[in-house]
Amino acid sequence: MRISLFITCYNDTLFPETGKSVVALLERLGHQVDFPLAQTCCGQMHYNTGYQEEAMPLMRRFVEIFKDAEVVCIPSSSCVAMIRDHYPKMAEATGDPALIRDTEALLPKVFELSELLVKKLGLEDVGAYYPHRVTYHASCHSLRSLHLGDTPLKLLRKVRGIDLVELENVDRCCGFGGTFAVKNMDVSAAMLSEKLKDIENTTAEVCTAVDNSCLMHIFGGLHRQRAGVKTVHLAEILAATEKSSR
Amino acid sequence: MTVRVGESANAPSFPKAALPLLDDAQLRKNVRHATDVIQHKRAIVVAEQKDWQQLRDAASAIKEHTLRHLDHYLLEFEAKCTAAGGQVHWAADADEANHIIIGLVQQYNSKEVIKIKTMTSDETRLNEALQEASIHPYETDLAELIIQLGHDKPSHIVVPALHKNRMQVREIFQQSMGLPNLGDKPEDLTAAARNYLREKFLRVKVGVSGANFLIAETGGVCIVESEGNGRMCLTLPDALITVAGIEKVIPAFRDLDTFLQLLPRSATGERMNPYNSIWTGVHPGDGPKHFHVVLLDNGRTNILADAEARQTLNCIRCGACLNTCPVYRQTGGHAYGSSYAGPIGAIFTPQVLGMEHGQSLPYASSLCGACYEVCPVKINIPEVLIHLRGRVVREKQSAANLEAIGMKAMAAIFKSARRFEAAQRLGRIGQWPVVSDGWVKHLPGLMGNWTAVRDLRAIPQQSFRDWWRTRKKESGQ
Repeated sequence: MRISLFITCYNDTLFPETGKSVVALLERLGHQVDFPLAQTCCGQMHYNTGYQEEAMPLMRRFVEIFKDAEVVCIPSSSCVAMIRDHYPKMAEATGDPALIRDTEALLPKVFELSELLVKKLGLEDVGAYYPHRVTYHASCHSLRSLHLGDTPLKLLRKVRGIDLVELENVDRCCGFGGTFAVKNMDVSAAMLSEKLKDIENTTAEVCTAVDNSCLMHIFGGLHRQRAGVKTVHLAEILAATEKSSR
Repeated sequence: MTVRVGESANAPSFPKAALPLLDDAQLRKNVRHATDVIQHKRAIVVAEQKDWQQLRDAASAIKEHTLRHLDHYLLEFEAKCTAAGGQVHWAADADEANHIIIGLVQQYNSKEVIKIKTMTSDETRLNEALQEASIHPYETDLAELIIQLGHDKPSHIVVPALHKNRMQVREIFQQSMGLPNLGDKPEDLTAAARNYLREKFLRVKVGVSGANFLIAETGGVCIVESEGNGRMCLTLPDALITVAGIEKVIPAFRDLDTFLQLLPRSATGERMNPYNSIWTGVHPGDGPKHFHVVLLDNGRTNILADAEARQTLNCIRCGACLNTCPVYRQTGGHAYGSSYAGPIGAIFTPQVLGMEHGQSLPYASSLCGACYEVCPVKINIPEVLIHLRGRVVREKQSAANLEAIGMKAMAAIFKSARRFEAAQRLGRIGQWPVVSDGWVKHLPGLMGNWTAVRDLRAIPQQSFRDWWRTRKKESGQ
């Protein structure tokens, strides 16, 4: 399958390892990955902060760049949520019939990474090897917008060598929330502190998720505390093999 | 028009109001404990209701239909209530509602009223208005009594005193009731409250209530409660005055079938409330001789006029969104500066306050969506929050503010891949003064709010797209 990758603006800039892992994983599974260089950002931060007008041209760009794709893979549930939950209404608001049509046609082809693997490609065992104690943080958008449930866990359970341990209060927000983290930094810190307690209680050395945005916040807190626990995007665990770990 | 929602007119912004609450270890423990207990009970009784999602759909559809024909159903309610011997008053705002109620109490020659918990009267600050008119209000809902005697404010729409624990309630009762030897067992506390309240129930001639539902078809009013103190207020006084927001009307008696399955399960995790009272007008020799309903607008028609935010008026005040909210969990209700706390308060308050003071409230959410998931009438609170954030941004547009300038600049960068790449390079090069060992620990300006509580990974030397380009080149593609 020819899979077009939307890496997302912050993964592109801050977490290139995640992108490289997605490419390695999908190619290992026999797919062809395409990365349209014109891509930038889905507009989520603007839209959710109240700058809906500023998000409009970004929505247009995304649809324009990816409308001819066979399948679009996005290693971020919150960006997929932005596209699924808000793009149709935004396109509608422009009154542009071609844009409305293109958006409608594009949406069913857009998948979050674990969703693509499990629901679209019917895979659970992707041949990964990751000999570490890992706990999985379910991001809010993965749960309540994409309704992924334990889809990412299905993949993790099949990883060889992994010691997967359940996180308490897995459905509770970590306190990131985009600009919430800076606009309400003290409440965000209180929420983070609860999440870090749950993570540390697992005695895992790695906390994973399908969103680097939550993980940036969680790792930021763990690192500030010198907790000795790191965060790793799901793609990086799934891309790891016995060969790569040697 | 004066619109009031509790104390909000003078309340500080949410992030500021949250600070002392975050530092109150006892309060945070109490809020965590209470919301955990209610959520646990709710989960059990919701799980056993196999048609829960269909009930939510039905309730949402009834509310949507009612709001679309609100004028019709309100007039029908007025006609039926009047025919049954009640009297209906229309109040455009809080002041008018308070004025009507004070006039009625004076008409019945009373210097005091007993109240069953009514959030709507908290919204209009009725107690203050009554006291200014030398009328003493006695709260009879146990939690509201604790709040009143402790000179406190409600922190939850269903469990107003959930931020207090048993020991703190004991202290309040000891001091305000003159009971130095009062014990701290639940039976001791309820006995003290009972003794205090019974005498008021038998003496005071005017009662004031809220309403859970106004039934257009019959002109009836419905209240559900747990203690039976409400039942006393509704039946013992000579005159009963009910104050209710106009969104409380439902078309028909049979609609209670839907709402009375959803409300108690969502609110207190009970299959049914211990006391369900429905009354229609007056009946000679049975209950109050005089019955009045004050229908309150207080900004609600403004909400109705906004198609995207209209669903706010679906609310049946169950409080499930407060209990599940990870933000409310940290602060309790006082940070919201209004009678309506939590996610529903974050969308209701700013709308009735004309967006002036409540501008921080739409941002008091991480948009985690837990509120929408539990809402029995399917209010998509995150969607309304985002809509209201848009309004805040548009209203602030004229003022030059750093956030708007930054956001617009970023939007311009994202509009072109070339500019985006230039910005990536600039960030990579420009970050050197703040990076140490691959991490950023202090940032200036608004981003300093990030590094105040967490570290930030430095921007890596190679972006993904640079890696992709290099790889393409190397593979000769």
